[in-house]
Amino acid sequence: MSKKADVIEREEVVVRFAGDSGDGMQLTGTLFSDTSAFIGNDLSTFPDYPSEIRAPQGTIGGVSGFQVHFGHKQVNTPGDYADVLVAMNPAALKANVKSVKNGGTIIFDKDSFTEKGLRKAGYETDDPIKEDKLDGYNIIQAPITTLTKETLKDEGLDPKSILRSKNMFALGMVYWLFDRPLKYTEQFFEQKFKKKPKVIDANKKVLEAGYYYAETVELLTPTYRISPAEIEKGTYRNIDGNKATAWGFVAASEKSGLQLFCGSYPITPASEILQELSLRRDFGVKTFQAEDEIAGICTALGSSFAGSLAVTTTSGPGLALKSEALGLAVMAELPLVVVDVQRGGPSTGLPTKPEQSDLTQALFGRNGESPVVVMAASTPSNCFHYSFMAAKISLEHMVPVVLLTDGFLANGSEPWKIPKMADYPDIKAPVVEPGQKNWMPYARDPEKLSRTWAVAGTPGYEHRIGGLEKDELKGSVSHDPKNHERMVYLREEKVNRLVDVIPEQIIEGEQEGDILLVGWGGTYGHLRTALDELLKEGHKVGLAHFNYIRPLPANTDEVLGRFKRIVVCELNMGQFASYLRMNHPRYEYLQYNKVQGQPFTTIEIKEHVQKLLEA
Amino acid sequence: MSNNNQDTQKLTPKDFKSDQEVRWCPGCGDHAIMNAIQRSLPEMGIPREKFAFISGIGCSSRFPYYMNTYGFHGIHGRASAIASGTKTANPELSVWQITGDGDSMAIGGNHLIHTVRRNVDINIVIFNNEIYGLTKGQYSPTSKLGAVTKTSPYGTIENPFHPGELVIGAQGKFFARSVDINMKLNQEIFLEAQKHKGTAVVEVLQNCVIYNDKAHAVIADKKNKDERQLVLRHGEPMIFGKNRDKGIVLEGLKLKVVEIGKDGYTEDDILVHDAKTKDPGIHLMLANMQYPDFPVAVGIIRSVEADTYENKMEDQIKQVREESEYKCVDDLLHSGSTWEVK
Repeated sequence: MSKKADVIEREEVVVRFAGDSGDGMQLTGTLFSDTSAFIGNDLSTFPDYPSEIRAPQGTIGGVSGFQVHFGHKQVNTPGDYADVLVAMNPAALKANVKSVKNGGTIIFDKDSFTEKGLRKAGYETDDPIKEDKLDGYNIIQAPITTLTKETLKDEGLDPKSILRSKNMFALGMVYWLFDRPLKYTEQFFEQKFKKKPKVIDANKKVLEAGYYYAETVELLTPTYRISPAEIEKGTYRNIDGNKATAWGFVAASEKSGLQLFCGSYPITPASEILQELSLRRDFGVKTFQAEDEIAGICTALGSSFAGSLAVTTTSGPGLALKSEALGLAVMAELPLVVVDVQRGGPSTGLPTKPEQSDLTQALFGRNGESPVVVMAASTPSNCFHYSFMAAKISLEHMVPVVLLTDGFLANGSEPWKIPKMADYPDIKAPVVEPGQKNWMPYARDPEKLSRTWAVAGTPGYEHRIGGLEKDELKGSVSHDPKNHERMVYLREEKVNRLVDVIPEQIIEGEQEGDILLVGWGGTYGHLRTALDELLKEGHKVGLAHFNYIRPLPANTDEVLGRFKRIVVCELNMGQFASYLRMNHPRYEYLQYNKVQGQPFTTIEIKEHVQKLLEA
Repeated sequence: MSNNNQDTQKLTPKDFKSDQEVRWCPGCGDHAIMNAIQRSLPEMGIPREKFAFISGIGCSSRFPYYMNTYGFHGIHGRASAIASGTKTANPELSVWQITGDGDSMAIGGNHLIHTVRRNVDINIVIFNNEIYGLTKGQYSPTSKLGAVTKTSPYGTIENPFHPGELVIGAQGKFFARSVDINMKLNQEIFLEAQKHKGTAVVEVLQNCVIYNDKAHAVIADKKNKDERQLVLRHGEPMIFGKNRDKGIVLEGLKLKVVEIGKDGYTEDDILVHDAKTKDPGIHLMLANMQYPDFPVAVGIIRSVEADTYENKMEDQIKQVREESEYKCVDDLLHSGSTWEVK
């Protein structure tokens, strides 16, 4: 490493790996993130991939990307623009060139820049550098394919396998560029290909070849050095949002002593929750891969009737299908958690791209007066906390809860300080023990207004529930007009009273002043980073980022009143803004919206606020 | 919710009646089916609280309200899914799905076939009246071709489902058929359905006195039933008729009705019912026999043993638990790669 003459100390760097969806970019990005985390950087990642598993090779539609943002301070977002882009083919360059910082570094596989490849990617000339006006950029053209083939020529591997490992050559180059050790990735190979020593060797060789190639050619200047981040002491791991969501439920199962049942139907980008829970037979988790979305929620509801902690996981189109059964859960007043990992809509929309456009559906998308609790996680790792809390609220209050995450949180990952379960609260579901006299199915706790839970199989409490309106106490069918009205109000009030249980809304940044940024859910990282930068510039700006949406925290009105102006930032057309207008009509709400299936960039939020402040 | 002294005293049909007024039309076949179920439950030796009756939407789906057991009146077509969840969550429960031909074979068709395929141990009783009763008289997926109803004033132009064919086609292990007024046979079938481990589907030909009266009369009427119904019992020859002089034989690959003592056929030629054979071939032919070419088969047509979904789930949990390195959530959270920040 003595050759690195020109080393730049940087606080943070963004690297984007891009290639064909079969090029292994997700794995390359993940391995790079893991190594960065192990050496102590804080980081945030964002996979950006097409919904087709193998879209036509070499086309822009088939480009799969993985962005890693790492630094020695706290990192809240995957970063707006890349310092370094690794492009495995012309389409990857074409698709990502706009996300590279001015004057950034672009590494590409020279061998893939054939005439055919260039045309497929939509380049009109044979000189993409000129065509894309990349003169001021640091361009590194490496013969990645040729050198990978050369490295593995004596390994006895088939040509396909050889080509498949060229991503490791690129990874080796990037490791050299950022001064990272190879050992964590080598350990990964050893684990992953335990039974295929040949494959371990080949991958190691290619990784090293890339590393030494970068060192040898010395083209790769400047090199960057990122010191370890200064983060809180403790034991850390990387975690993505879907795994964190799954584990939060397993934790809630442990704390409540109730068996966890998850009835679901696979759907992008939520499937990994069902997959992770399927592994958790070791925690007694019962997963039921149903024949459709409706059966997913119905099996879950059936398990709730039998006393399980019931969960169903889905994305927007699936929530639409589940709406009738969710209404049944409202009516039956059985605990049930529905996770909606939001994606671009309507209809099939943009299955792999994040959006926040299911909020209104979660709040109101059912027939009748049908209140449910709505919550939202806001970082990949706090999906754990909010799925745990969703389960706790649902069980303790006998109420269905919709937990909103999105594709950005679900697939994004970050280091997570591992919590101790001893620090988490107990969960006490109102299960009726045998022997209680004069028990009534719909008699309520006077404070919480929740009914008690006589689990099917408990002697002495045989009773019937269902979707028809029921008598206020006995739960038997009732068509009495006044009873119906009382029941409608009771179900509503039960949800409203949760305001006594959920935490107050906090404001980050200035506690009062000119502009309050308001957000909810997966946009936290970008809003928080924009806030930090605006504060650095001396602006009187705060951020109220909501995790509890229905009901809203008790102090919401007071929080909103502390600033001259309110800007609600959402990845939709203003659904939360409308909801705030409905609940707190005395304020004026400005909106900042983006509906491109992409997260916010920090810069665009910052610039918007700056403009508002100047005006 | 009274009568808690179940250990000392045998339950009676009355113990299974709830305090709700039964609101089916007078003369509706549902009354007879409920009576048969209420009479057979005490014979099962299962405590009352272990029964869960789960339904969808339709006239028959009001059933759970009238039973003094655990009951869940669900949403249209989804009872199979709800019941599957209940049974999988607690395999100790005796779970019964009460459904109709519209609920189970139109809106709920998908759930029905997948429940059967998985072999979840629930008992599904299909009240088949070949009409939509609760919505007042539209045709159903089992209405006969050409049936004149409110939505088919010129006759239906679609072929009906035969529940038996559908269930056996979905790898069903237990299928029985009966007629609402066959009280004794119904009780016998319900007892066997309960004993059977796996999804047991019982189709009851039920009369809707208002919108499809006498739909099954041609085979169900007292004066016709001996000639037009074939009561199947495992191990017994397939003989029917008032004088027990007719039977079913297998000729080539087809079933055929013959008269015993005529054309050289003797009792020895008559097929003996084997409900337990795994091969669904003959069961499917028996389930599909239609009057007037054949008598309609009633009784237990197919009853084949196989492991259940919830059993396999429990076994898997037991095995994975034993082999797992995680004893608590803290272990899980620390699994894989972690690092210390000091």
